[in-house]
Amino acid sequence: MERRAFLAGLAVTLLPFAAEATPEAMAAAIKQVTGDAPVRAGKVTLDIPPLVENGNTVPLTVTVDSPMTEADHVRAIHVFNEKNPQPHVFDARLSPRNGKAAVATRIKLADAQKVVAIAETSKGEFFSASADVIVTIAACIEDIT
Amino acid sequence: MANVLVNAPKTARKGDMVEIKALIMHPMETGFRAGTNGRIIPRNIIEHFSATWNGAEVFRMDFSPAIAANPFVSFFAVATESGTIQFRWTGDEGFVAEHQVAIKVT
Repeated sequence: MERRAFLAGLAVTLLPFAAEATPEAMAAAIKQVTGDAPVRAGKVTLDIPPLVENGNTVPLTVTVDSPMTEADHVRAIHVFNEKNPQPHVFDARLSPRNGKAAVATRIKLADAQKVVAIAETSKGEFFSASADVIVTIAACIEDIT
Repeated sequence: MANVLVNAPKTARKGDMVEIKALIMHPMETGFRAGTNGRIIPRNIIEHFSATWNGAEVFRMDFSPAIAANPFVSFFAVATESGTIQFRWTGDEGFVAEHQVAIKVT
Protein backbone atom coordinates (compact mmCIF):
# COMPACT_ATOMS: atom_id res chain seq x y z
CA MET A 1 0.00 0.00 0.00
CA GLU A 2 2.75 2.36 0.98
CA ARG A 3 4.71 1.47 -2.12
CA ARG A 4 1.69 2.14 -4.32
CA ALA A 5 1.18 5.54 -2.74
CA PHE A 6 4.86 6.29 -3.20
CA LEU A 7 4.73 5.40 -6.89
CA ALA A 8 1.62 7.47 -7.43
CA GLY A 9 3.31 10.38 -5.71
CA LEU A 10 6.40 9.88 -7.84
CA ALA A 11 4.35 9.94 -11.04
CA VAL A 12 2.66 13.16 -9.99
CA THR A 13 5.92 14.88 -9.09
CA LEU A 14 7.65 13.79 -12.30
CA LEU A 15 4.92 14.92 -14.66
CA PRO A 16 5.35 18.67 -14.36
CA PHE A 17 9.01 18.36 -15.32
CA ALA A 18 8.26 17.64 -18.94
CA ALA A 19 10.67 19.73 -21.04
CA GLU A 20 8.37 22.56 -21.98
CA ALA A 21 8.10 26.21 -21.16
CA THR A 22 4.70 27.16 -19.78
CA PRO A 23 2.72 30.37 -19.95
CA GLU A 24 4.03 30.97 -16.40
CA ALA A 25 7.62 30.44 -17.54
CA MET A 26 7.04 32.92 -20.34
CA ALA A 27 5.56 35.43 -17.92
CA ALA A 28 8.59 34.99 -15.66
CA ALA A 29 10.99 35.48 -18.59
CA ILE A 30 9.13 38.63 -19.63
CA LYS A 31 9.25 39.89 -16.05
CA GLN A 32 13.04 39.47 -16.08
CA VAL A 33 13.21 41.90 -18.98
CA THR A 34 10.58 44.43 -17.95
CA GLY A 35 11.01 44.35 -14.17
CA ASP A 36 8.07 46.08 -12.54
CA ALA A 37 7.44 48.49 -15.41
CA PRO A 38 3.99 48.17 -17.00
CA VAL A 39 3.78 46.59 -20.46
CA ARG A 40 1.28 48.29 -22.75
CA ALA A 41 -0.25 46.89 -25.89
CA GLY A 42 0.29 48.77 -29.14
CA LYS A 43 3.09 50.31 -31.25
CA VAL A 44 4.50 46.84 -31.91
CA THR A 45 3.52 44.82 -34.98
CA LEU A 46 4.26 41.11 -34.84
CA ASP A 47 4.00 39.59 -38.26
CA ILE A 48 3.90 35.79 -38.18
CA PRO A 49 1.72 33.37 -40.20
CA PRO A 50 -1.32 32.21 -38.17
CA LEU A 51 -1.13 28.68 -39.59
CA VAL A 52 2.27 27.08 -40.02
CA GLU A 53 2.88 23.75 -41.65
CA ASN A 54 6.47 23.26 -40.56
CA GLY A 55 7.48 24.49 -37.12
CA ASN A 56 11.18 24.21 -37.96
CA THR A 57 11.24 27.48 -39.88
CA VAL A 58 8.61 30.07 -39.15
CA PRO A 59 9.22 33.53 -40.61
CA LEU A 60 8.70 36.32 -38.10
CA THR A 61 8.93 40.09 -38.42
CA VAL A 62 8.70 42.57 -35.57
CA THR A 63 8.19 46.23 -36.44
CA VAL A 64 7.87 49.01 -33.89
CA ASP A 65 6.31 52.39 -34.57
CA SER A 66 9.07 54.75 -33.41
CA PRO A 67 10.78 57.88 -34.78
CA MET A 68 14.17 56.30 -33.90
CA THR A 69 15.73 59.61 -32.86
CA GLU A 70 18.31 60.09 -30.13
CA ALA A 71 15.56 61.26 -27.76
CA ASP A 72 13.01 58.58 -28.59
CA HIS A 73 14.06 55.27 -30.02
CA VAL A 74 13.59 51.56 -29.51
CA ARG A 75 16.44 50.16 -27.47
CA ALA A 76 15.59 46.47 -27.71
CA ILE A 77 13.14 43.98 -29.16
CA HIS A 78 12.57 40.75 -27.26
CA VAL A 79 10.55 37.78 -28.49
CA PHE A 80 9.14 35.05 -26.24
CA ASN A 81 7.11 31.88 -26.74
CA GLU A 82 4.86 29.75 -24.59
CA LYS A 83 5.57 26.12 -25.38
CA ASN A 84 9.08 25.62 -26.72
CA PRO A 85 11.49 24.01 -24.23
CA GLN A 86 12.69 27.53 -23.34
CA PRO A 87 10.65 30.74 -23.31
CA HIS A 88 13.34 32.93 -24.97
CA VAL A 89 13.48 33.35 -28.73
CA PHE A 90 15.79 36.32 -29.29
CA ASP A 91 16.89 39.71 -27.98
CA ALA A 92 17.81 42.34 -30.56
CA ARG A 93 19.56 45.58 -29.59
CA LEU A 94 18.77 48.68 -31.63
CA SER A 95 19.88 52.30 -31.69
CA PRO A 96 19.05 55.47 -33.68
CA ARG A 97 21.58 54.17 -36.23
CA ASN A 98 18.93 51.72 -37.41
CA GLY A 99 16.55 54.41 -38.64
CA LYS A 100 13.70 51.94 -38.49
CA ALA A 101 12.83 49.56 -35.67
CA ALA A 102 12.29 46.35 -37.62
CA VAL A 103 13.81 42.90 -37.27
CA ALA A 104 13.02 39.81 -39.30
CA THR A 105 14.23 36.27 -38.72
CA ARG A 106 13.07 32.65 -38.80
CA ILE A 107 12.23 30.74 -35.65
CA LYS A 108 11.31 27.23 -34.46
CA LEU A 109 7.98 26.47 -32.81
CA ALA A 110 7.44 23.20 -30.95
CA ASP A 111 3.67 23.42 -30.75
CA ALA A 112 0.65 25.56 -31.52
CA GLN A 113 1.17 28.46 -29.16
CA LYS A 114 1.28 32.16 -28.44
CA VAL A 115 4.30 34.27 -29.43
CA VAL A 116 4.92 37.60 -27.71
CA ALA A 117 7.12 40.49 -28.88
CA ILE A 118 8.16 43.21 -26.45
CA ALA A 119 9.80 46.50 -27.39
CA GLU A 120 11.83 48.51 -24.90
CA THR A 121 12.08 52.23 -25.67
CA SER A 122 14.81 54.68 -24.68
CA LYS A 123 12.36 56.22 -22.23
CA GLY A 124 12.10 52.91 -20.38
CA GLU A 125 8.60 52.12 -21.60
CA PHE A 126 7.53 48.68 -22.76
CA PHE A 127 5.11 47.88 -25.54
CA SER A 128 3.98 44.45 -26.64
CA ALA A 129 2.13 42.51 -29.30
CA SER A 130 1.20 38.86 -29.37
CA ALA A 131 0.04 36.36 -31.95
CA ASP A 132 -1.40 32.86 -31.82
CA VAL A 133 0.19 30.38 -34.18
CA ILE A 134 -1.09 26.94 -35.12
CA VAL A 135 1.69 24.51 -36.01
CA THR A 136 0.97 21.22 -37.77
CA ILE A 137 4.50 19.72 -37.81
CA ALA A 138 6.33 20.65 -34.62
CA ALA A 139 10.02 21.43 -34.36
CA CYS A 140 12.39 19.97 -31.76
CA ILE A 141 10.64 16.67 -31.08
CA GLU A 142 11.26 14.68 -34.22
CA ASP A 143 14.00 12.08 -34.44
CA ILE A 144 16.80 12.80 -36.83
CA THR A 145 18.03 9.99 -39.01
CA MET B 1 34.72 29.20 -42.45
CA ALA B 2 31.06 28.89 -42.56
CA ASN B 3 29.00 29.69 -45.59
CA VAL B 4 27.64 33.22 -45.34
CA LEU B 5 25.27 35.09 -47.60
CA VAL B 6 24.82 38.82 -47.06
CA ASN B 7 22.51 41.04 -49.04
CA ALA B 8 23.19 44.76 -48.64
CA PRO B 9 23.10 47.55 -51.23
CA LYS B 10 26.47 48.47 -52.74
CA THR B 11 25.58 52.14 -52.94
CA ALA B 12 23.27 54.35 -50.95
CA ARG B 13 22.49 57.99 -50.49
CA LYS B 14 23.60 59.63 -47.27
CA GLY B 15 20.78 59.44 -44.74
CA ASP B 16 18.97 56.65 -46.55
CA MET B 17 17.71 53.62 -44.67
CA VAL B 18 19.17 50.45 -46.09
CA GLU B 19 17.92 46.96 -45.41
CA ILE B 20 20.63 44.44 -44.60
CA LYS B 21 19.97 40.71 -44.74
CA ALA B 22 22.38 38.13 -43.42
CA LEU B 23 22.17 34.36 -43.70
CA ILE B 24 24.64 31.83 -42.33
CA MET B 25 24.85 28.07 -42.63
CA HIS B 26 24.59 26.48 -39.19
CA PRO B 27 22.65 23.48 -37.77
CA MET B 28 21.38 25.38 -34.66
CA GLU B 29 21.09 22.08 -32.78
CA THR B 30 18.82 22.78 -29.82
CA GLY B 31 20.14 20.27 -27.30
CA PHE B 32 16.60 19.00 -26.72
CA ARG B 33 16.49 16.39 -29.45
CA ALA B 34 17.43 12.72 -29.14
CA GLY B 35 19.29 10.97 -31.92
CA THR B 36 18.52 7.48 -33.25
CA ASN B 37 20.52 5.95 -30.37
CA GLY B 38 18.21 7.67 -27.88
CA ARG B 39 20.91 9.95 -26.57
CA ILE B 40 20.44 13.71 -26.51
CA ILE B 41 22.35 15.50 -29.25
CA PRO B 42 24.47 18.17 -27.53
CA ARG B 43 23.49 21.79 -28.05
CA ASN B 44 25.34 23.62 -30.79
CA ILE B 45 23.93 27.05 -31.60
CA ILE B 46 25.06 30.50 -32.62
CA GLU B 47 24.59 32.73 -29.60
CA HIS B 48 25.51 36.19 -30.82
CA PHE B 49 25.27 38.14 -34.05
CA SER B 50 26.49 41.67 -34.53
CA ALA B 51 26.96 44.14 -37.35
CA THR B 52 29.35 47.09 -37.26
CA TRP B 53 29.58 49.95 -39.76
CA ASN B 54 33.16 51.23 -39.96
CA GLY B 55 33.72 49.92 -36.46
CA ALA B 56 30.57 51.36 -34.89
CA GLU B 57 28.00 48.79 -33.83
CA VAL B 58 24.67 49.22 -35.62
CA PHE B 59 22.88 46.00 -34.67
CA ARG B 60 23.27 43.17 -32.19
CA MET B 61 21.15 40.13 -31.55
CA ASP B 62 21.31 37.26 -29.04
CA PHE B 63 19.95 33.99 -30.34
CA SER B 64 18.36 31.12 -28.42
CA PRO B 65 17.85 27.52 -29.57
CA ALA B 66 14.45 28.69 -30.91
CA ILE B 67 16.11 30.37 -33.91
CA ALA B 68 15.71 28.16 -36.98
CA ALA B 69 18.64 26.32 -38.54
CA ASN B 70 20.70 28.46 -40.94
CA PRO B 71 19.86 31.68 -39.08
CA PHE B 72 18.52 34.53 -41.16
CA VAL B 73 18.41 38.08 -39.85
CA SER B 74 17.20 41.24 -41.53
CA PHE B 75 17.49 44.74 -40.09
CA PHE B 76 17.81 48.37 -41.15
CA ALA B 77 20.63 50.88 -40.85
CA VAL B 78 21.03 54.53 -41.77
CA ALA B 79 23.72 55.07 -44.40
CA THR B 80 26.17 57.51 -42.82
CA GLU B 81 29.49 57.14 -44.62
CA SER B 82 31.25 54.93 -47.14
CA GLY B 83 33.16 52.01 -45.77
CA THR B 84 32.66 48.43 -44.71
CA ILE B 85 29.90 46.67 -42.84
CA GLN B 86 31.34 43.86 -40.78
CA PHE B 87 29.26 40.91 -39.59
CA ARG B 88 30.25 38.55 -36.81
CA TRP B 89 28.59 35.40 -35.52
CA THR B 90 29.83 33.56 -32.43
CA GLY B 91 28.47 30.48 -30.73
CA ASP B 92 28.93 27.13 -29.04
CA GLU B 93 32.04 25.01 -29.55
CA GLY B 94 34.12 28.06 -30.34
CA PHE B 95 32.16 28.92 -33.47
CA VAL B 96 33.25 32.22 -35.04
CA ALA B 97 32.36 33.49 -38.49
CA GLU B 98 33.06 36.89 -39.99
CA HIS B 99 32.06 38.55 -43.19
CA GLN B 100 32.31 42.05 -44.57
CA VAL B 101 30.77 43.99 -47.41
CA ALA B 102 31.70 47.37 -48.85
CA ILE B 103 29.16 50.16 -49.21
CA LYS B 104 29.55 53.45 -51.03
CA VAL B 105 27.56 56.37 -49.63
CA THR B 106 27.11 59.44 -51.79
